[in-house]
Amino acid sequence: MKITEKEVRYVAGLANLKLTDAEVARFQADLDGILEHVERLNEIDTSNVEPMAQVLFDAAATATLRADVPVPPLGNQAGLANAPQPGAGYFKVPKVIER
Amino acid sequence: MNIPTLTIDSVRQGLLGRLFSAGELAAEALRFAEAENPKTGAYLHFSPERALAAARQVDERMARGEEPGPLAGVPVAVKDVIVTKGIRTTCGSKLLANYIPPYDATAIVRIEQAGGILIGKTNCDEFAMGSSTENSAFGPVRNPMAPDRVPGGSSGGSAAAVAQGTAVVALGSDTGGSIRQPASFCGVVGVTPTYGRVSRYGLTAFASSLDHIGPLARSVKDAATLLSVIAGRDPRDSTSAEAPVADYTAALTGDVKGLKLGLPREYLKDLTSETSQLIFKAVDVLKGLGCEVREISLPATDYAIASYYIIATAEASSNLARYDGVRYTFRSEHSETLQDMYRNTRGEGFGAECKRRIMLGTYVLSAGYYDAYYLKAQKVRGLIARDFANAFEEVDAVVAPVSPFPAFKLGEKVDDPLAMYLSDIYTITGSLAGIPCMSVPCGNTAGGLPVGMQILTRHFGETTMFRLADAYERNAGVLE
Repeated sequence: MKITEKEVRYVAGLANLKLTDAEVARFQADLDGILEHVERLNEIDTSNVEPMAQVLFDAAATATLRADVPVPPLGNQAGLANAPQPGAGYFKVPKVIER
Repeated sequence: MNIPTLTIDSVRQGLLGRLFSAGELAAEALRFAEAENPKTGAYLHFSPERALAAARQVDERMARGEEPGPLAGVPVAVKDVIVTKGIRTTCGSKLLANYIPPYDATAIVRIEQAGGILIGKTNCDEFAMGSSTENSAFGPVRNPMAPDRVPGGSSGGSAAAVAQGTAVVALGSDTGGSIRQPASFCGVVGVTPTYGRVSRYGLTAFASSLDHIGPLARSVKDAATLLSVIAGRDPRDSTSAEAPVADYTAALTGDVKGLKLGLPREYLKDLTSETSQLIFKAVDVLKGLGCEVREISLPATDYAIASYYIIATAEASSNLARYDGVRYTFRSEHSETLQDMYRNTRGEGFGAECKRRIMLGTYVLSAGYYDAYYLKAQKVRGLIARDFANAFEEVDAVVAPVSPFPAFKLGEKVDDPLAMYLSDIYTITGSLAGIPCMSVPCGNTAGGLPVGMQILTRHFGETTMFRLADAYERNAGVLE
């Protein structure tokens, strides 16, 4: 067993995902199978390999930096247009602080 | 005009010869696509107003005697993970069912500047996570060649639209094979360019170190033309490459004599016999054209799936954190606290595969596991990239299958996520290395299911890749 039900519930909490009991059971089984497969990575020697954090090809070190020039922003109205609960220039969310 | 057989060239000839106007073509293409769509469900929605407005601009340019652009009048379908200003962009997710983006992706801007006509948005696996398009919240897509089978995924709608003939070309996105595999399943050409070759500005992020935008088309030439249009540096995507963009169609000389090709032995052992026969037949065509073929080894191949599903899910768990019920249309209705709102919105909004990947990605990044999983996976990714770099010291291109088998039946693999992941084995390696790779049709099985041959080249080696694919296509008799 690579992952317990308790760990599945803990990870769902970290990911802010509400799962049903049926989903917890299903994902425990699925993740267990996938983690079992992933174990094979331990067979391969990587002691002399750099982690590939990004795709590298020959490019000047600063080639990807753009000029630091201000451009018009998206704007408040466009930014709020898809909000489930827009306020007057802001996003509304459930109460966070109790009085 | 016969919509399903149009090419970029024939559209241009028709416009220049005044056989039809861009407006007439766009109206007919929309009518045809809407009429045909119930057969496959390739499109989620159409964009008639935008299409007709763009077509009018092409007609006006031509009336003024101006060059109308390399994609003038060409109907284009776009995967619904690429944002389109004012046109719903759902990513195949209930969470974004009503999302109207406030801006256009750079690839869309470039297509319209080149005269292309956006006719509609295509179905896909939710947030591009899947290999069959069955993970869409809006229902599956049927393979135009075999309606009881999947079109592949995640760009299944784009591949089906091109195969069905409702669009001349389409945009897809590829993270681990999501352009090449559906292209092979539907019998069309699908291209994953070099990482950074096409701006991802406006591509909904799944796994940022692996995401690509690329073309699907019915011919190598049309795919090459579309890539020439969308490729190139974009100040809005810091990962887009400065390297100059070649005119890829100029590379289609038909001359591949003396090119050295590598056939990796790790890619040949688990094929169905019909796939194997078709791949070897295609290799024989290339030999007949004067290519030198040798067997090579890419020893880290067996570790690619494990590396990919750690890296891709880790990045996805981070990228999908933004769908929290605050900014993007969908919010759970029954939440007292902010924390409940986040949890309920995501629990109700994401489908099973997205949840599974968010869970896996969160797990491998959680305290105590980083070195064992994520760091190890990145090192193995380095080995896979090194395998290819070593191979390209000896050969100009690698030739391989795209998928171990042709299109499978709807529902066949949907309950076995690991089996679905394992089917991506031959496409994931190229994605991890960030090299250009494409699928070109190489014939059908006895049951009429298309099979694709994959061609992979070194970083920014698109010219060689297209030349090989085009020479094969001309000589294999696969292009009617």
